[in-house]
Amino acid sequence: MRRRAGLGAIQQQQLETQKYKDKGSLIEDSQFVQMTKHMEIFREKLEEFAVKHKQDIRKNAQFRRQFQEMCAAIGVDPLASGKGFWSVLGMGDFYYELGVQVVEVCLASNPSTGGIMELSELRRKLIAARGQKSIHQEITEDDILIAAKKLKIFGNGFVVYPVGKGKYMVQSIPGELSREESSILGVASNQEQGSVTVDLLMKQLGWTEFRTQQAIDKIVGEGLAWVDCPDSNSAPTYWFPSLFPGRKDT
Amino acid sequence: MNRFEYQQAKLAEDEQFVSKDKAIKLYDGDEKTAYEDGEVVLTTHRLFWGRPGEIARGSTTLCLQLQYIVGLDEEVASSFVFGKKKRLILNLRPLLPGKLPGPMENSTAHFVKLSGRHGLDPAFMQAIRGTLEARIWLIPGDASGSNASPSRENAPRIQLRTGIGGIERAIEAKQKATDDSIAIAFQDLKALMAMAQDMVSISKSISSKIRERKGEISEDETVQFKSYLMSMGIDDPVTRESFTSNTEYFKSLARQICEMILDPMEEAGGMMSLADVYCRVNRARGLELLSPEDLLNACKFLDGPIKLRTFPSGAMVLQLESQDEEIIAKEVGEKVEEAKSLSVEDLAKILGISILLSKEHLLAAERLGIVCRDESIEGLRFYPNLFLR
Repeated sequence: MRRRAGLGAIQQQQLETQKYKDKGSLIEDSQFVQMTKHMEIFREKLEEFAVKHKQDIRKNAQFRRQFQEMCAAIGVDPLASGKGFWSVLGMGDFYYELGVQVVEVCLASNPSTGGIMELSELRRKLIAARGQKSIHQEITEDDILIAAKKLKIFGNGFVVYPVGKGKYMVQSIPGELSREESSILGVASNQEQGSVTVDLLMKQLGWTEFRTQQAIDKIVGEGLAWVDCPDSNSAPTYWFPSLFPGRKDT
Repeated sequence: MNRFEYQQAKLAEDEQFVSKDKAIKLYDGDEKTAYEDGEVVLTTHRLFWGRPGEIARGSTTLCLQLQYIVGLDEEVASSFVFGKKKRLILNLRPLLPGKLPGPMENSTAHFVKLSGRHGLDPAFMQAIRGTLEARIWLIPGDASGSNASPSRENAPRIQLRTGIGGIERAIEAKQKATDDSIAIAFQDLKALMAMAQDMVSISKSISSKIRERKGEISEDETVQFKSYLMSMGIDDPVTRESFTSNTEYFKSLARQICEMILDPMEEAGGMMSLADVYCRVNRARGLELLSPEDLLNACKFLDGPIKLRTFPSGAMVLQLESQDEEIIAKEVGEKVEEAKSLSVEDLAKILGISILLSKEHLLAAERLGIVCRDESIEGLRFYPNLFLR
């Protein structure tokens, strides 16, 4: 057959190209759906095996490594001990495992929390990341408290403290490593008059009120800022003596 | 499978023997059938399948007219016992009128598969390919078919499996193969152990494909982090059982921790809290969990590029040697010198560290006589110590 020339042919060609493209993305889509399905199967099965065959997996060094590689690829947590009888007595791996997971959740969310998180929020994230099986859902806040207690021997780098009404805050970054105050100083040094308010900080840093208040209180506690409460209606202003206008020139 | 008919295993006049293979199983589409462990014989016109010896005796066997075959595909099946093997897929055209009765009258599948216990003989595969291309059954005077049908003239030419259809088919077959091997592997622990290496590569390719498309394997930031931590696996975790003395155990543990944590430490700026270390080390160890006590004890034995440090606040961290008090104090002294005087927050900003740490550094420098303080209403500032010069 002779090749057609002219506008019709060009249009025809464009149409074909388009069709190929459509077909291509269609194939890609279905492939992706399939991959997602495979991933789900993997996740489900690996979780199941981690619970059922933990001891056997541990025994075989080579397989243990392979199992770990699979878990890493799919994002499945191989640590899945149940609470069991022994853990009630503080024995067994359960609370150690939980400790690893608790720290992990904190580390993963540090960029957005600055190292301070409410216990209930921590529990929610922990459960979501542990897996879908019911054994993972049974973690209570008390379990997390016990697990955190085991980390106490690391000094006060990882602390849970009560904030009243059965609520707890978990602080996962020791003060020495916290950049929170530095961020606030950064904002403050950009203010002409050398003072900030909680509102201003929240807006500039995109933090929650709690996170902001915690950090500014620490700064005041360190004696780096002065508090000014002009009257009972307006929010306190925080002044930084080291940033007073004209300070730099002297 | 419904294209097969019962026929006597006897060559017709123009028909010639081409090739054979044994220990062959038939699949109806993707379904296994009871026709396994048989012999196949390929002639110029037909494909026979019979139980061992049946074809040689000329008994009635299963027979597929080659004219039904419109294309060939291969698929690789992984089995945990025999490793990888190839299967042959025969794509079939719709039923022609006048077909003789066969083993299966109804089938939705448009292909059958031949599978050998040890794969198929490559010579047989080659032969079937050549025979199909030759299309000898189309030559007039052909006496093979008792079911000679008028539509034979219109029989489509064998399509090479190319083009979009071929691609789709190949993708589908590959996915199906993956499906199968995942299903087999996760039947029980033994199966998974035997197929572990395959499963590792499948899991990696799945996650890399998904990353390609979505960027991450999961929206959950904890899951992303978990996956990252676990990927730094320690191959051979030090365990208590292999040591008779605690000291030896903690010493080797310390070495392993040091090796593993060095890179993350540098990334983190040279200092890391012990809770952080606990999490990372245990994730890398996988199922061989360390208790916080063991970790702490091992850290006390660290000597080398990483050391344990306890702050006055009680917080414990591991720090790189470069963060050593004296080295840092000198550096702080230089900074103070440069700026004439520094406050705690100034230094924190310059070094990009926390205020507490900055204060620690300045106080250490003060202790060593490098800087001295000036406490005023405007706060605490440090100046170069000129008294000791």
